[in-house]
Amino acid sequence: MSRRITARRTLIVTLAAWTVGLLIFFPILWTVLMSFKTEGDAIKAPFAMLFSDWTLISYEQVQTRSNYSRHFMNSVVISLGSTLLALAIAIPAAWAMAFVPGRRTKDVLMWMLSTKMMPAVGVLIPIYLIFRDTGLLDTRIGLVIVLTLINLPIVVWMLYTYFKEIPGEILEAARMDGATLGSEILYVLTPMAVPGIASTLLLNVILAWNEAFWTLQLTTSRAAPLTQFIASYSSPEGLFYAKLSAASTMAIAPILILGWFSQKQLVRGLTFGAVK
Amino acid sequence: MATQHSKTAARLMISPAVILLLLWMIVPLSMTLYFSFLRYNLLMPGMESFTGWDNYYYFLTDPAFSAALTNTILLVGGVLLITVVGGTLLALLLDQPMWGQGIVRILVIAPFFIMPTVSALVWKNMFMNPVNGMFAHIARALGMQPFDFLAHAPLASIIGIVAWQWLPFATLILLTALQSLDREQMEAAEMDGAGPLDRFLYITLPHLTRAITVVVLIQTIFLLGVFAEILVTTNGGPGTASTNITYLVYAQSLLNYDVGGGSAGGIIAVILANIVAIFLMRMIGKNLDA
Repeated sequence: MSRRITARRTLIVTLAAWTVGLLIFFPILWTVLMSFKTEGDAIKAPFAMLFSDWTLISYEQVQTRSNYSRHFMNSVVISLGSTLLALAIAIPAAWAMAFVPGRRTKDVLMWMLSTKMMPAVGVLIPIYLIFRDTGLLDTRIGLVIVLTLINLPIVVWMLYTYFKEIPGEILEAARMDGATLGSEILYVLTPMAVPGIASTLLLNVILAWNEAFWTLQLTTSRAAPLTQFIASYSSPEGLFYAKLSAASTMAIAPILILGWFSQKQLVRGLTFGAVK
Repeated sequence: MATQHSKTAARLMISPAVILLLLWMIVPLSMTLYFSFLRYNLLMPGMESFTGWDNYYYFLTDPAFSAALTNTILLVGGVLLITVVGGTLLALLLDQPMWGQGIVRILVIAPFFIMPTVSALVWKNMFMNPVNGMFAHIARALGMQPFDFLAHAPLASIIGIVAWQWLPFATLILLTALQSLDREQMEAAEMDGAGPLDRFLYITLPHLTRAITVVVLIQTIFLLGVFAEILVTTNGGPGTASTNITYLVYAQSLLNYDVGGGSAGGIIAVILANIVAIFLMRMIGKNLDA
């Protein structure tokens, strides 16, 4: 008897959870569906739209009218570039703090975290003026620099919490066997640290891809990543729902897929290890 | 045992990160501080002069500031209320045994990965538009007048959009916390005759306190800086109805070219964020000792 009650309970929970889940996901689903319609069909009432013909025309229009692929490449270069640069700076730092902790290691970590708390508008004007005077406005390299710096604290922290879990004895053993610092990092630490580094990379690419303060302030056209390109649809001309949907679908698809892989790391990375 | 040699090496390895962040903190922030005491307009280069606390005085007494401060508090508070209450309920639901749990989790988490300009424009056009939006179609089908969300309830609409983006984050963290709940304690309470509400109030909720605090503090840091959603939906309007502090500083400095006033606003934003940050740092610092 209790089994039947459990089965019924599971059924109710399942129905409730799926309903809520689909409602939350609905705007994304709707955008994807709309991207396969013509502009005329896209503004029809929901049912009429759903049963109109499917087409790829909006995807073609987005590419031919605005060189979509260049903005896509800007996003790829900026998010990957800033992530790799941040990793190159953060891996040695996190390694040292995790394995050779000093008296002030904790203070350094907390201070790094505090730089993340600084609101972007607090430094908007100086950065804008410096970029204007050095010709970095609307360049990929300029954004790579800024995004590296704003995400560096998260990268150091995430790597630190992962490295902390690697047993220090293994490193000592390697050192006893005469491994130098370089070979210690290359042959002992790296293989054990790869999963943590991979998760950090994943989360940071997502954060950089979606960053929408500096990318909007510091680019206009040439180096504009997808955040800025999509923002140009805020003052559109004529019918644009299908094109906006197509552009949006292509902008969010890669990161949705990466994001689903990184669910667990997301919690850890964004709470600085406070919730695991 | 860390030797003197390895300590020196460690210091060398940490220093690039520390020096870069130090520069990033000190150089622009001190420039902002310096500008905030200047009369400095980008349209009048070479006319900069020292004005003392004038910029702060004008920024703080401008009616737009009190409006923006109220909007910021409403935006942060509204989104926190929706995401924490909604996130707790959702986490409790998702923690139950069900069919297809993995897929539901993926559906619920998805909005967090959507870039802010996309989610704001999708909501603005495909849902809230008073002519072609889905809500307007539904209203007409029910024989009601469509409602122009962003014109008549701009701040509430933006709160809705931002809450949709952050609900997954709260849910995910609270769900992670729920999964570490001691099942035996729960069963013992059930045997002792504690009802579902009592079990939630006296066992689950205390267990979640820490995770809820983390959610509130981290979201507050990000929500104080909400910008793109406002830029692409309402431009802070109508009037200042949906302008928050971040948007006000942006408008003051890069739309009105008033570097002095914008800088004073920036410093005020830094002070406000720091008040929140101090609490967050204490929490995380405690965790580091444990």
